[in-house]
Amino acid sequence: MNLDANAPSGPLAGKWAKHRFDLKLVNPANKRKYSIIMVGSGLAGAGGAASLAELGYPVRCFCYQDSPRRAHSIAAQGGINAAKNYRNDGDSVWRLFYDTIKGGDFRAREANVYRLAEISVAIIDQCVALGVPFAREYGGLLDNRSFGGAQVSRTFYARGQTGQQLLLGAYQALERQIGLGTVQMFPRHEMLDLVVADGRARGIVVRDMTTGAIETHLADAVCLATGGYGNVFHLSTNAKGCNATAIWRAYKRGAGFGNPCYTQIHPTCIPVSGEHQSKLTLMSESLRNDGRVWVPRKKEDLAKAPAAISEADRDYYLERRYPSYGNLAPRDIASRAAKQVCDEGHGVGPGGRGVYLDFGDAIRRLGEDAIREKYGNLFEMYQRITDENPYQRPMRIYPAVHYTMGGLWVDYNLMSTIPGLFVLGEANFSDHGANRLGASALMQGLGDGYFVIPATIGSYLAGQKPGAIAADHPEVRAAEAAVAGRTTRLLGIKGRRTPSSFHRELGHLMWELCGMARNQAGLEQALQKLPALRAEFWENLNVPGESAELNQSLEVAGRVADFLELGELICRDALAREESCGGHFREEYQTEDGEAKRDDARFCHAAVWEFRGDDAAPIRHEESLAFENVHLAMRSYK
Amino acid sequence: MRLTLHVWRQKNQAAQGRFVTYAATDVSPDMSFLEMLDVVNEGLIAKGDDPIAFDHDCREGICGTCGFVINGSAHGPRPRTTTCQLHLRSFRDGEELTLEPWRARAFPVVKDLVVDRGAFDGIIAAGGFISAAIGSAPDGNAIPIRKESAELAMDAAACIGCGACVAACPNASASLFTSAKLAHLAMLPQGQPERMERTLKMVREMDALGFGSCSNHEECEAVCPKGISVTFIARMNADYLKAALTEGRREAGAGDGAGG
Repeated sequence: MNLDANAPSGPLAGKWAKHRFDLKLVNPANKRKYSIIMVGSGLAGAGGAASLAELGYPVRCFCYQDSPRRAHSIAAQGGINAAKNYRNDGDSVWRLFYDTIKGGDFRAREANVYRLAEISVAIIDQCVALGVPFAREYGGLLDNRSFGGAQVSRTFYARGQTGQQLLLGAYQALERQIGLGTVQMFPRHEMLDLVVADGRARGIVVRDMTTGAIETHLADAVCLATGGYGNVFHLSTNAKGCNATAIWRAYKRGAGFGNPCYTQIHPTCIPVSGEHQSKLTLMSESLRNDGRVWVPRKKEDLAKAPAAISEADRDYYLERRYPSYGNLAPRDIASRAAKQVCDEGHGVGPGGRGVYLDFGDAIRRLGEDAIREKYGNLFEMYQRITDENPYQRPMRIYPAVHYTMGGLWVDYNLMSTIPGLFVLGEANFSDHGANRLGASALMQGLGDGYFVIPATIGSYLAGQKPGAIAADHPEVRAAEAAVAGRTTRLLGIKGRRTPSSFHRELGHLMWELCGMARNQAGLEQALQKLPALRAEFWENLNVPGESAELNQSLEVAGRVADFLELGELICRDALAREESCGGHFREEYQTEDGEAKRDDARFCHAAVWEFRGDDAAPIRHEESLAFENVHLAMRSYK
Repeated sequence: MRLTLHVWRQKNQAAQGRFVTYAATDVSPDMSFLEMLDVVNEGLIAKGDDPIAFDHDCREGICGTCGFVINGSAHGPRPRTTTCQLHLRSFRDGEELTLEPWRARAFPVVKDLVVDRGAFDGIIAAGGFISAAIGSAPDGNAIPIRKESAELAMDAAACIGCGACVAACPNASASLFTSAKLAHLAMLPQGQPERMERTLKMVREMDALGFGSCSNHEECEAVCPKGISVTFIARMNADYLKAALTEGRREAGAGDGAGG
């Protein structure tokens, strides 16, 4: 497997500019001869499809939702980082780069992260131009807030709906191109396989979810911007439809899968309320700017109303353990700290799985109105779900799966190990290392879509002759047959268990054995149990209905089938990485005070998995990470 | 608790639909409405029946995918709440509920409670954007925007495109949806150059796609989960009048409609 990162040489700050000059161009008249497929319509997908169409490429864009405006980027609440230094507080491209690479626990590629920080400023400009109503100061200039893992204020926001507004900006740019006829949009279409011919990605096989028709679309390049795989845990903050099928099918067609075990558990989510729970809801990290996290010091206080617990009997454990970052410690650290205090018996609410996020001090200091202006919609959402008033009583929160840093391996050009297959946004593994800082996902999604892919894809296309392969090419026929065969098989089992029941069991297993803290025995146990669960799935699944109709059970079944395989790869990767870093915490590898302990001598690399067939173990490859510009430090937020 | 559901079942767009009654037993007040339907559907699959199709995705009230009519009210009885954020504690034990899809000519039924809202995308494609090609933007702080204007633009931009406004309107008008997007962009300096053309194109597209006209029932605002105000419709009508009267004879700059 060729894992050449293709990162340009030369000084870090000049790499992207140099690379853009070195990239080959496609002249404007020739661009319309190359067609591009974009799967996904979130920030990366919609942004990428719109940008590529603006350049003159004919684009076809696919999404499983009924409209591209619904992609899960829409749910991001808090904000988007940019190194504008509008606050005059010492920010710079270099500092955003450094914070991001340190936040990722030194497990990301330097050149990529620097480019992301560099592009961040142009992203804000572009979003403003597209009409994104960012929060403003009274003087009319852009406002900022602070976010975890940084000591500067560089996060731009639109109330608690930043993702929604950024996505609508990208969606509107996309709709403009659809109106102009340069992008053809296929909503309610799900990608079920990738066509690889002569070693290059040449198209996709999709299912029209309304009619059930299996269709093949061929092109000169394929981009996947299909998001993360957090739903492998069943309960997560992801939308119900989020799935790994597109990237998993690409993996099985030869694309390397990078760092699958890097999953992010977000510290501030509304706790599980019962067995019926279908998803978890995030409370934006921005709340940690004004909320203080605590648990009762004494166990006899657990049942008391929080207001009745005196100040001295409260343990503000983040402020105590991490005095310089306090409640704004990075996500992985804040999540583990919450788990730890709950494991020690200090958790509040159902099952003792919750900690308080208290706005009492902030309300006394700033007044209820100021808090309402900043977080009103989040407080409303909390109250709707829990029936408790967070202005009067602290919120109860607990960590939940939120984001996946792992994904398909890509080089500096965002190209996977399959030539012609590009991967954007959360679907790739690139910029966040082992842990993503808050307000960085939106930055990466838009950066990849608006600015990186338009530059890099041309260089690939310039080296290819335009034109699709024949519709009856053997590889096309093979992919179509594989999709049809799988659909028939799922519908034909007629066993006794629903797709959701398998998903729930898988999620429970992953959360217990490969969740916030992992160890060898647990991972080995998971690797025993998963094949058995998968075998039962293929023997005892019950999918009602038929293929030639809207069949939501069939959709879920196909996604769960892929999660069952991916879950195993995640555990394999977690077992092989004998160190703790960022979101991957192996209990065997920790410092005396319980912090993650990296092993740079053995694991300063990205692990990239190669599929070898359904009955063979995948092969683990390594892309070693060279740090030429930052010192590999022990990450400390104390 | 226990609920009785009368659910609209329709196999596809061409098929005849009808109400079918189901019992939701052993459900808890802390469940969301969609989690209750999940439970009902698990039971239907176990019996070999076809589960009830309904659209949903984020289940936190922001993607706009979910929504159907519950006892005559779009998104159900709780104000400013999407169906996915509605919990069973809003209902009485033993209550009977009627569930039907959004009903509007421009939103054909796909299956059961699922409708096709592609017409909304069509309205946006007609002009609901600012033409600012990627890479062409000046510095984000180059254009100061009054805080009040930015806040008002954000109020309008909060629309999630769920379609409840259309479902609640006796004319199945998309005026609230269309005017919210127009107001969002008209409130900002960046939106001024295309303001008049945008208004004409989006309003005409809305009519062409089969939505009705607004006759001021204001049901749309009442059911809107984001509380989008009907005053945006008045702004749209004012801009439309101005744009239509000056159409084809605007001089450079005359159609900018600055001031908001």
